Amino acid sequence: MVKFQVVNTQTFSDKKKPLYDSAKRVSPAIAEIREIGNYRHLLAQLVRRDILTRYKRSFLGVAWTMLNPLGTMLVMTFVFSNIFKASMPSVPFPVYILSGLVVWNFFAQGTNASMSGLVWGGNLLQRIFVPRTIFAVSAIGTALVNTVIALVPLVIVMLISKATFSWALLFMPVAILLITCFTLGFGLMISSMAAFFPDVMEMYQILLTAWMYLTPIIYPETIIPERFHLVYRLNPMYWFLRVFRAPIVDQALPSLRDFGIASGIAIVMLIVGWLIFTSKSDEYAYRI
Amino acid sequence: MPIVSNPSSQNETPAPIINLENVSVRYRLPSERIGTLKEYTIRLLQRRVRHRDFWAVHDLSLSINRGEVFGIVGDNGAGKSTLLKVISKVLRPTTGRVRIYGKIAPLLELGAGFHPELSGRENVFLNGALLGYSHEEMTAVFDEVVDFSELSEFIDAPIRTYSSGMYARLGFAVATAHQPEILIVDEILSVGDEAFQRKCTDRITGFRENGATVLMVSHNLGLISEMCDRAAWLDHGKLMKIGTAEEVIEMYREGFQ
Repeated sequence: MVKFQVVNTQTFSDKKKPLYDSAKRVSPAIAEIREIGNYRHLLAQLVRRDILTRYKRSFLGVAWTMLNPLGTMLVMTFVFSNIFKASMPSVPFPVYILSGLVVWNFFAQGTNASMSGLVWGGNLLQRIFVPRTIFAVSAIGTALVNTVIALVPLVIVMLISKATFSWALLFMPVAILLITCFTLGFGLMISSMAAFFPDVMEMYQILLTAWMYLTPIIYPETIIPERFHLVYRLNPMYWFLRVFRAPIVDQALPSLRDFGIASGIAIVMLIVGWLIFTSKSDEYAYRI
Repeated sequence: MPIVSNPSSQNETPAPIINLENVSVRYRLPSERIGTLKEYTIRLLQRRVRHRDFWAVHDLSLSINRGEVFGIVGDNGAGKSTLLKVISKVLRPTTGRVRIYGKIAPLLELGAGFHPELSGRENVFLNGALLGYSHEEMTAVFDEVVDFSELSEFIDAPIRTYSSGMYARLGFAVATAHQPEILIVDEILSVGDEAFQRKCTDRITGFRENGATVLMVSHNLGLISEMCDRAAWLDHGKLMKIGTAEEVIEMYREGFQ
C-alpha cells in the first residue's frame, strides 16, 4: 500500500491544487521568466536547430558566418579607406570597420530573427503551449553564437594588420552581454508589433538601413559635424559601439560614462521590451 | 488498510482533473481585414476600426474525471478545437474559469513543429522539447520511439523526404513516448494505415489502463463510441448534450430530437 502511494504521488499531480487555473493571474512578465526556465531544453533545441539548418545544405557551412562580415569589410575598406584616412583613429581601418560590423550584424540579425521566429512559431503557439518569448530568446541565442564565431576573423584581421592586443580585450564579454540585453529587449518590442502588423517587418528593413548609416560603423566618429552630435548621442547603438570598440581601438577600458550609459540603455530596453511583449501574451495565439 | 486513501478506489466520488466553469471564448474579427500598421493607423485616426465578435465557445461548463476517456463530437466550426486550446493553455478564456489538475501532453497535429531540413532523429529531440521533455528524457525513450514509428531505416534522413504517413507516425510516437497524465488527441488517429491506427488506439488504451485521462476530438463516431466512456456534443459553441458516448452519438446523429 505504502509503495503504491509513493508511485502515485510521483506519477500524478496533487489533486487539490490545480496546476493551471485561468482565473489566477500572476504578472505575465514574471510568469514568463519562470516558463522560460521550465522550457530551457526547448531553448537549447531551437538554437541548435537554427544553427544546424543554416549550414546544413551549404558547402562552406559555418565558414559563411566568418566570410560574410569579412567580405563586407573588404569592400568597405577598398571604397572608403582613402577617403577617411586622414581622420582615422590609431587603429588599422579594416579592424575599425570589422569591429563595428560584428556589433551591427549581431543587432540586425538578432532583431530580424526574433521577428521571423515569432511569425514561424505562431503556427505552434496556436496548437500547443510554449512560452511566448521563447522564439525571440532563442533567436538572440543563435545570433550570439554567430557573433562569437564572427570574432574569429576579427582576431585574424587584427593579427594580420598588426593591431595592438591589450588586456582591456578581456572586457569584451561584458560589452557583448550589454548588446545582448539591448538586442533582446528591442527584438521583443519589434516582434510584438510584427505579430499584429506584418508590414512592420518590411518597414524595419528600411529603418535598419537608415540606422546603420547614422551609426559610426564604416566611418570614423571624428568626421561627424558638431551640429549632429546630439543626434548621435540619442542613438543607442552609438554607445554600444563605443563600449565594444574601446578595448580594440583605444586599447583601454571604456570610460565610466560610456559604460554607465550603455548599461542603462541595455537594462531599460530589456525591461521595457519584456513588459511590452508579455503584456500581449494572451493575444498572440488569437492573432498570428 | 484504509481503502479511502487509495486513489483508484471505486467508492470515492470521482475527482475532476479538468474543470470548466462557464467558459466562453470570443474571437475578435475585424469587420474588414486590416493587415498593415499603416492602414490601421489611418483607420484609427478616422475612428473606423470596427470589430465583429464571434463566440467560438459559449458559456460552457464541463467536468472531466481522472482516468476517463472523454470524446467531443460536433460539426465543423462547433468550437471543438477552441475548447481543446482553452484546456491546453493555448488560449485564455475570455470569461469563465478553467482549472486543470494535472500535466497535459497534447498531441501535435501531424508534423507541426517538425523542421523539414533536420533528420528524423534531430526532430525527435526538437519535438520532444516542444512538448517539454529534456534531452535526457528523450534519449531514454529514443529507441522505443523509432521502433514504434517503424522508421529505423529512415531515422537519419531529412524529414522533408518523409511521406505524410511517416510524418504522422513519428509525431504520434514522440507525443506518446512518455505516459502522460492528460492526453489530448485532436483528430490525429485518422492518419496512417489500419495496422498503425490499431497500434495507436492500443497505446491510448494502455495509457488509460495506467490511469491517464484522455480527451479526444474526432469525426469518426465509431472510434469515439469504441474508446470513450463519456462524450459531449458541441454545436455552435454551446454544449448540447453530455452523457455516455452511445447516448451522445445517438443524439448527435439524429440532430435535434
